[in-house]
Amino acid sequence: MTQIEIRNLHKTFKADAVLNGLSLSVDRGEIVTLFGPSGTGKTVLLRLLAGIYPPDAGTILLRGRDASGSPPDKRGIGMAFQNFALFPHMTARNNIASALTARKTNAGEIARKVEAVAQLLKIGHVLGHSPRELSNGQKQRTALARALVADPDILLLDDPLRNVDAKLRYEMRLELPALLKRVGSTVLYVTQDFKEAMALGDRVAVLLDGRIAQCDTPARIYAEPVNVGVARLFGDPTLNLIEVAPQLVDGAPEIRLGGMRIRLPASYAVAAGGLYLLGLRPEALRLVEAPGPRTVAVELVAVTPLNEKSVLLLTMQGGEELLASEAGDRDEPRRTGPAHVAFDLDALLLFERESGRRFIPSGNGEVAHERIAITSHR
Amino acid sequence: MERSSIIERVLRAVLLTLIVIFFLFPIVWILLMSFQTNEQILRIPPSLSFVPTLENYKALISGHLLTSAGSLDIAFMRNLGNSVLLSTCAVVLALILGVPAAYAFARFKFWLSEDIAFTLLSFRFAPPLLVLLPLSLYFQDLGLVDTYVGLIWVYQLIALPLILWIVRGYFEDISPDIENAYRIAGHSWLRTFFKIAVPLAGPGIAAAGLLSFIFCWNNFVFALVLASADKQPVTVGALAFVTASGIQYGQVAAAIVLSVTPTLLLALYAQRWLVEGLSLGAVKG
Repeated sequence: MTQIEIRNLHKTFKADAVLNGLSLSVDRGEIVTLFGPSGTGKTVLLRLLAGIYPPDAGTILLRGRDASGSPPDKRGIGMAFQNFALFPHMTARNNIASALTARKTNAGEIARKVEAVAQLLKIGHVLGHSPRELSNGQKQRTALARALVADPDILLLDDPLRNVDAKLRYEMRLELPALLKRVGSTVLYVTQDFKEAMALGDRVAVLLDGRIAQCDTPARIYAEPVNVGVARLFGDPTLNLIEVAPQLVDGAPEIRLGGMRIRLPASYAVAAGGLYLLGLRPEALRLVEAPGPRTVAVELVAVTPLNEKSVLLLTMQGGEELLASEAGDRDEPRRTGPAHVAFDLDALLLFERESGRRFIPSGNGEVAHERIAITSHR
Repeated sequence: MERSSIIERVLRAVLLTLIVIFFLFPIVWILLMSFQTNEQILRIPPSLSFVPTLENYKALISGHLLTSAGSLDIAFMRNLGNSVLLSTCAVVLALILGVPAAYAFARFKFWLSEDIAFTLLSFRFAPPLLVLLPLSLYFQDLGLVDTYVGLIWVYQLIALPLILWIVRGYFEDISPDIENAYRIAGHSWLRTFFKIAVPLAGPGIAAAGLLSFIFCWNNFVFALVLASADKQPVTVGALAFVTASGIQYGQVAAAIVLSVTPTLLLALYAQRWLVEGLSLGAVKG
């Protein structure tokens, strides 16, 4: 059942169109992470949902009912703010309880619920403290507890891990999915960190240019981004983009890359004659000893070890740069100098240069076949 | 290194002492004068040695002024009471009107909001005397001359803009998200105003209230023109000490000491509310 439905939402601040016909629907109990570069209106969208700002145009349906005109206190939403927004003149206990006092719950019931949620978030021992006596992590948990305590069926979390230190962020990233599933609310979770978006979301909604560019499972967003903009947002380091012009040679599509001709699967034949951007994920590039049919001669310029992986900077003949990454557990360090790089054609992404849309090859059987061929070559 | 810092410290202490003496001298002098008779004050050369007398205070509190030319009734205690009544009522009224208005100007951008706010501030620019002549004519028509209500109303010219503009700044400093969070927790905007906005702007409201109280207390010209003897505050009442037989310096000094005391006590009391930094730690910067 659809719990949140947003149709064609518009919001403009001064002359700046932040949301431009955004539509999104979230099912009951689903966790959708809202991801996009800063300034794309993620926070604005949450505020529109919470009723803090009115939309310029468009409809918001909460639990199937039109929410326009209903004030924030009547929407039955739990929300955690990026800057915590704790009430400085109240103790942590009263901060959390504030979500219950409005509902005319009796004092014993309030105390019991506050204790329970504090236990869950491990802040039971600081309930008597005022916000200024809390550490950032405790503040963040208090803000989260305040959003959770009334068991709202819709939960809006605005980058709650943004302002906490790295260690706590990892801890919370591990705890949060279980916690959110346990609460059972429908969750919209805003984040600027693609790893967080992929780790926490049942689906990831990518916000670009005031609309949802793509809303899909993390795996599909990564493997099948709708356009180059979405592809660029996921991955560290980000994917390599090289301009290519596929041509038909002897009836088979080919691209020229670093002075080498690389044959593409037959399903790419339609792309011949157009201008495209070739997207290569760094982890889909492998350095190999000897040249082969799908390798390109490169120069290994630099190696950046990042503990669990190493990032390699390569240059091709034309001077174009490529980033590759590989597991960081090699016994001997790589030496810079000439090398060959092989491509995993299965992970190849091709985008139309003008529109940025991903090129979808026709007939997937061909791709599978080609992959087998490469494996046998190895 | 050590020597220069000692010199620095001594120099700083000397300079600070000089400044304190410079600013406190008139007050100390008046305090001393209030315990002297007119003859002691006016003797030449002036001397710091005298036998303190409480005559001035007695005269003020009993309301009988004995001069060389005879006895005179003065209403100083009544004036003091008027001052307390007028200033307190004016500030309370200005707070009731000004704090919600300041909140509206801080939070909502409505049509002409900036112009209205500026117009209210401009009341402070106008020379009082310019306003007084037409005002006294209108007050005569309305029957407000020589009434407490009329004076309290006119005092809004002093208190309201001050409160409005100081408190507005404090409201603007509160992160709107703190109020939004309280709204989302299920509370009405009225509750949010009283439970979140007003407590958080508390130090500002206290400061503005104190400041406007002092300005009202010190006002002279409005009460001089618009009130008769039994409604006049101390500032106007002090004119009574300019008598036919000369100025009663001792009583003037005692009157000043007495009339400064309430504001001084209020300031000392309000100091605890003026503590800043209440909102520290609420929002991650």
